[in-house]
Amino acid sequence: MSEATATAHAFESAHAHDHHDADHKPGFVGRWLMSTNHKDIGTLYLIFAIIAGIIGGAISGAMRAELAAPGIQILESLAGADGNALHMWNVLITAHGLIMVFFMVMPAMIGGFGNWFVPIMIGAPDMAFPRMNNISFWLLVPSFILLLGSSFVSGGSGPGAATGWTVYAPLSTSGSPGPAVDMAILSLHLAGASSILGAVNFITTIFNMRAPGMTLHKMPLFVWSILVTAFLLLLALPVLAAAITMLLTDRNFGTAFFDAAGGGDPVLYQHLFWFFGHPEVYIMILPGFGMVSQIISTFSKKPIFGYLGMAYAMVAIGVVGFIVWAHHMFTTGMTVSVKMYFTAATMVIAVPTGIKIFSWIATMWGGSISFKTPMLWSLGFIFMFTIGGVTGVLLANGGIDNYMHDTYYVVAHFHYVLSLGAVFGLFAGFYYWFSKMTGKEYNELLGQLHFWVFFIGVNIIFFPQHFLGLQGMPRRVPDYPEAFTYWNQVSSYGYAVMAAGMVIFFVNLAWSMLAGKKAEANPWGEGATTLEWTLSSPPPYHQFETLPKIS
Amino acid sequence: MKTIMSAVAALGMLFASQTSFAQAPAAGPAPIVAPLAAPVEAKTAETPPTTAEKAAPVAPVTTIGTSAPVDGIGQPVPGGYTLQPQVTKDGQYGLWMHDYLLMPMMVGISLVVLGLMFWVSARFRRKANPVPSKTTHNTFIEVIWTLIPVLILVGIAIPSIKLLASQYTPAPANAITLKAIGNQWYWSYEYPDHGVELTANMLSNEEARKRKEPVQLAVDNRVVLPVNTPIKLLTTANDVIHAWALPAFWIKMDAVPGRTNETSFTVTKTGVYYGQCSELCGDKHGYMPIGVEVVSKEDFAEWVRAKGGKMPGDATAEPAAAPVTTESPAAATPAAVKN
Repeated sequence: MSEATATAHAFESAHAHDHHDADHKPGFVGRWLMSTNHKDIGTLYLIFAIIAGIIGGAISGAMRAELAAPGIQILESLAGADGNALHMWNVLITAHGLIMVFFMVMPAMIGGFGNWFVPIMIGAPDMAFPRMNNISFWLLVPSFILLLGSSFVSGGSGPGAATGWTVYAPLSTSGSPGPAVDMAILSLHLAGASSILGAVNFITTIFNMRAPGMTLHKMPLFVWSILVTAFLLLLALPVLAAAITMLLTDRNFGTAFFDAAGGGDPVLYQHLFWFFGHPEVYIMILPGFGMVSQIISTFSKKPIFGYLGMAYAMVAIGVVGFIVWAHHMFTTGMTVSVKMYFTAATMVIAVPTGIKIFSWIATMWGGSISFKTPMLWSLGFIFMFTIGGVTGVLLANGGIDNYMHDTYYVVAHFHYVLSLGAVFGLFAGFYYWFSKMTGKEYNELLGQLHFWVFFIGVNIIFFPQHFLGLQGMPRRVPDYPEAFTYWNQVSSYGYAVMAAGMVIFFVNLAWSMLAGKKAEANPWGEGATTLEWTLSSPPPYHQFETLPKIS
Repeated sequence: MKTIMSAVAALGMLFASQTSFAQAPAAGPAPIVAPLAAPVEAKTAETPPTTAEKAAPVAPVTTIGTSAPVDGIGQPVPGGYTLQPQVTKDGQYGLWMHDYLLMPMMVGISLVVLGLMFWVSARFRRKANPVPSKTTHNTFIEVIWTLIPVLILVGIAIPSIKLLASQYTPAPANAITLKAIGNQWYWSYEYPDHGVELTANMLSNEEARKRKEPVQLAVDNRVVLPVNTPIKLLTTANDVIHAWALPAFWIKMDAVPGRTNETSFTVTKTGVYYGQCSELCGDKHGYMPIGVEVVSKEDFAEWVRAKGGKMPGDATAEPAAAPVTTESPAAATPAAVKN
């Protein structure tokens, strides 16, 4: 763990010769529409992610309302008088998945916190390519508009893309005429291009712009996590781009990559998609690992335990994450040896993940722990991720997956690692760095309340879904046999609890922005050793004009 | 408040589940035989019009394939939180693996992590331990917590590989072939060995309730299969990808256009079993259930003849059925090997 004891005066007294001193800010348009400042772009990403999260979360509310009882509850009114209620359902599940993955978790984790804190943590004045950073963000906006717009044009039997976030062929090709799916594909292209540019930027920044003395093995673990994530993005997203481009040509130009009638193979699409899709789940969780590592260390007042093991566990997860993709396809019909391989390879990932869990606990061991809001979210993250992890080991067994595949067990599993893992990491990071980003302190009581209400809510939503899966309830159905009613109702009640938690969050956010106490440079005390805590809150518009030296 | 209570209850049930699982397979078979015989006869008297109507175009009237399901067997139970009782060998192995290997592993690891977190949080809170230690390494413990998970995983992998090998054991030569074809949004079936074809649509909720079947699981024409006979299941699809899933058999096989997937199973108990399409296939994905009735071998033969097909020993109608029998295995096997 880096002992970053940089001298503060070195960069705060950095008045330049002309009027471009450290805190000179351009006008509104120049600052926010043509931004080249990593902190402003990070803020834009976070605002974007919050807006997308509200939309994606509202969609999941509609889904839980629909599933609260057997029969069709609200879809008919959502779809309109002459709409197609069942098509509407598939549009909702598709939009929820795509929005949460591409427009909430990724922009918040990588674009938001990555942009804000990677340059600061390595002692750099900004990202390597500030203008590319700007286009990375602004590509997301038309991308999101395309996705939202797709719900107003025909997607076959009704408006909107209704293919599931996996966009499997042939449902997404011959099964979905109309421009909606084309728009969704183009949306993914843009989001992918945005992420690839961002990844190039992070890799270049981290490799070339570290302050003197900041060796790779001294970098904070959050920077490590973003570095590994950036490599995953760089290697995985082009494969997605290829796969969805082939979808596009199958749909519009008569190719037959995934059309069995023309000699193609629908399963090929799944291989390409999951070659991207599995690294993608690590893209969503690794920055969470990094943030949780910083936070556990800060609030235990101890350096992270087993720093090198932690860093290389993330590298190992990233590498192995590329060779396990077909465990998403256990029921597509593969040979026994292939299935055995993917079973074994998938299980291997549990080892570095276990190292991380135990190292976090060992970091706390012997510490002097204070339970501020970010620490609560991090502890919640560890436990929820453990539950999602052990069900992941279960699902890794190809023979067992025959039963669980495409049931609610899988839904419960991946929401435990994402909705309760990645999202807990996001909230942990948000509370941890809120004062640094805004210069205002959040309200501790509301923060803790938010945690407990949200924690209880999401567990009531997702824990019963394990039971539904064990009983055989398939995913992606708007309606179900009556036997599934009880746990679905419980799950829908949980949504209301979770939503109440989100109300507390937004009240806290508004209250803290408007009336929060002015934050000091380092509110967390001696445990917070990374470079961002040596800067004022918020940091000067341009930090580190004189580079800090890391001993 | 109620929701919180049920969540707590849910956690409790997890631990209770060990024992209830153990009883399920033992208790299951006993009632299944007895009630089955009675309702069949009752049904005969009760619903002749429906049966006759369906069988009319074919030949002799049969009531086989219309018996009443048994609660808790082959279908979900209200508020249920366990795996469905299994009626195939691989299914019972999978059930055993889940209940006695994976559940203890999952519960154990979760409790160890939770316990450690609670203990560390209490013991090393700021008040109890104002001065933090500076320990950052302990090679021994790091090796331990790398090796123990490896051993646990090896312990899981061995039975897991065994299950896979068993699932992939090809059906013997005397197996009965059932071909399930996914369509938007119904299943059609072929018995190439017997020259029987049928189409299964979901029953409306009213009709299902009238027949005392679970809504959204009941179908108009069930697949009928003989008990204790190896079944070779082939799946394919005509439009988009579907998946033929039957939880009580531990079977799920995608039905992919352009390829034929093969798997096999042997059902050891007669009864009615339900499943649902398990791959998103468009608007009515949630409304294309799978209904299978497993009957005695004699009843199966009778059913086949009633549907206009012939059993392998039957002399009549040779030319009609012959093309079907020869075409199917030849077409199916290479495709299955391909993937």
